[in-house]
Amino acid sequence: MMKFKRMSLGLVFLIVLLIFASCEKQEKASLTLAMVLEPTHLDPTAGAAAAIDEVVYANIFEGLTRINRNGEIKPALAKSWEISPDQLTYTFHLQQGVKFHDGAAFNADDVVFSLNRARAEDSVNAQKALFKPIADVKKQDENTVVVTLSEPTGSFLFNMGWGDAVMVDEASAEKNKSNPIGTGPFKFKQWIKGDKIEMVRNEDYWGKKVALESATIKIIPDPAAAAAALMAGDIDVFANFPAPETISQFQKDDRFSVVIGSTEGETILSTNNKKGPFAKLKVRQAIAHALDRQAIIDGAMFGFGTPIGTHFSPHHPAYQDFTGKFEYDPDKAKKLLAEAGYPDGFNAVIKLPPPPYARRGGEIVASQLGKIGIKLEIVPVEWAQWLDQVFKKKDYDLTIVSHTEPMDIGIYARKDYYFNYDNPEFQALIVKLNATVDQTERYQLMGQAQKIISDDCVNGFMFQLAKRGVWNKKVKGLWENSPVQANDLTEVYWEK
Amino acid sequence: MLDRFGEILRHGMRNRSFVTGGIITLLFFSIALLSYIWTPHSIENIDIKSKLLSPGTGFLLGTDHFGRDILSMLIMGARNSVIVAFVATGIGIVFGVPLGLIAAASKGWTDELIMRFNDFTFAFPSLISAIMITAILGPGAVNSIIAIGIFNIPVFARVVRGAALSVWKREFILAARSAGKRTLRISFEHILPNTFSVLIVQATIQFAMGILAEAGLSYLGLGTQPPAASWGKMLNEAQTFLHFAPQLAIYPGIAIALTVLGLNLFGDGLRDVLDPKLRRQR
Repeated sequence: MMKFKRMSLGLVFLIVLLIFASCEKQEKASLTLAMVLEPTHLDPTAGAAAAIDEVVYANIFEGLTRINRNGEIKPALAKSWEISPDQLTYTFHLQQGVKFHDGAAFNADDVVFSLNRARAEDSVNAQKALFKPIADVKKQDENTVVVTLSEPTGSFLFNMGWGDAVMVDEASAEKNKSNPIGTGPFKFKQWIKGDKIEMVRNEDYWGKKVALESATIKIIPDPAAAAAALMAGDIDVFANFPAPETISQFQKDDRFSVVIGSTEGETILSTNNKKGPFAKLKVRQAIAHALDRQAIIDGAMFGFGTPIGTHFSPHHPAYQDFTGKFEYDPDKAKKLLAEAGYPDGFNAVIKLPPPPYARRGGEIVASQLGKIGIKLEIVPVEWAQWLDQVFKKKDYDLTIVSHTEPMDIGIYARKDYYFNYDNPEFQALIVKLNATVDQTERYQLMGQAQKIISDDCVNGFMFQLAKRGVWNKKVKGLWENSPVQANDLTEVYWEK
Repeated sequence: MLDRFGEILRHGMRNRSFVTGGIITLLFFSIALLSYIWTPHSIENIDIKSKLLSPGTGFLLGTDHFGRDILSMLIMGARNSVIVAFVATGIGIVFGVPLGLIAAASKGWTDELIMRFNDFTFAFPSLISAIMITAILGPGAVNSIIAIGIFNIPVFARVVRGAALSVWKREFILAARSAGKRTLRISFEHILPNTFSVLIVQATIQFAMGILAEAGLSYLGLGTQPPAASWGKMLNEAQTFLHFAPQLAIYPGIAIALTVLGLNLFGDGLRDVLDPKLRRQR
């Protein structure tokens, strides 16, 4: 009996050893990346939520051009292009032998369909402005498309690299929300709502195949759970870690790389410019003076962030620093509020979406505005509710959100945007900016645009979100900054 | 009535859990009342510069991640707990007790109807149902009071019905009946006063449950909303700071545990004191 016991013990030991050995040999080729927000659906051509692009951009869907990790325009499905001297005609030469994930061939017809669909009258594209300059899209031959613009558009090639401008197939376009079919290096496998989205390597990819065999995107809304999951190794990457207070802990731990980069995320106290007291410029100016930006950054983001005074990325060469214009001055704010006719302040509601920058920032903003007499009731809302109530129906007074689209100052020219901001001067300026190709002149116009919205205090401009990447040290090839909303996994690999 | 109170107190002094629980409960209520007159610092004042200060340094228990005084937050949290638990228990009593009395008095199908409906609500775990209710009504302190209150109703209905049934068999009820009193009148004049002892004991238990439920809901973000203070919310906010500022979680944790323990001991002791049969056994 004793002998048998010893033998079985030895056997168990052997099995365990074997399991470990096989693990050791197996190269890791899958990646688990976590995000805070779950996308509402997976069609980047039909939704404004950044979370959609953060799953599918460059991984599942591709456009004619693409934006790389440095914010540069690179060829994607268009391998090259020519621009006519008058800047009005773009001739795109397409990659050949490209197939959609369902096997359908990609050709000029798909480009014509995708662009026409996005710019159509009934289009549900969240960034229709990107396609507005397009006057005509023509197929020249199977692999050549000619796009004619109604006016020169300096940012057209950049615009075509947005997630909203990706190429889709007519046959599958309508189902992309739940079953995205693109041309990218990853194929969509499954989406378990509330838990994860899985992708596998596209073996028929037209370009360089990716190193990862599969990728899982896990949804972890809770910051404490996020920290725990990283520590436990359940997830490999958090491209934008939600709990800035724990970052110092990861910096001390040599299993992890902590990379603080820049984003295009202007975090603002969005204001309903047509609602009650907020319609008055003096009230908005009072709010601008009542916000202690550094305190918000330190309190909500533990120091990760850059104060802004307008809606523009501080790392962009055309950025104008207006933070000094509306310095923190509660007394001045109170005076302005009195001049506006509210000497005793007023009550308002602030609706806060789930990200910690909004929930925490909202508490701080409520306290700061409370000091000048604006009593805010804090109403936390889920992401879907936020999109519906605030973004779509404009049923709000104040909210906090980060606008992570690149170069998105143009949203202030949209009368129907949720800010309810309507300034013909600004709208004319953006039209002019869009039609300008010369870079120096463009930068100058961008500067003017920044000044107008800063003068008008359209929103409470708070800070530029920092990208706080925390990931396993052995994972290489991730983006350090986010020039566009993306978790581009195409160059990611595990270091041996 | 006063005689009886004195008698209870006299017997209670000999009961250890009654005394311990009573002291803790009294302390808890005093702190909650204190919040109306005084807190060391204002909790609405967010001062990021003094965030996460360690205990001492002008703040007895230190500050949280927004630079608010933890002691003040705890005091305000006590008030919040009392209000939520008190109103929620009140809802349970106001609706549950008449239901229980009616069920006991009518027997027949009314009894069946009330009690089966009670069973139905009882079958759901109360906290999960409270989560469901706040999800429908929206998060907030008032909605969490309603949610917790609704699940107190069957508890009181059941307890009162049980006690009432045994009272109905007593002789003096028969006397009241032969005097021509109506069922409803008997229920409220004679039955109800005789269920007081179980009612009070049950109320202390439900009160403790209410504090726990409020903390749970606020922890999940469904209960009390900022800037109001709640122990559960403090726990939630402390989560990500556990590694370097554990005191943020420890203080509200102790507050919840101690209060619930105190209330339960008090309830236990009270039951022993109020029940003459048990008293004699000791």
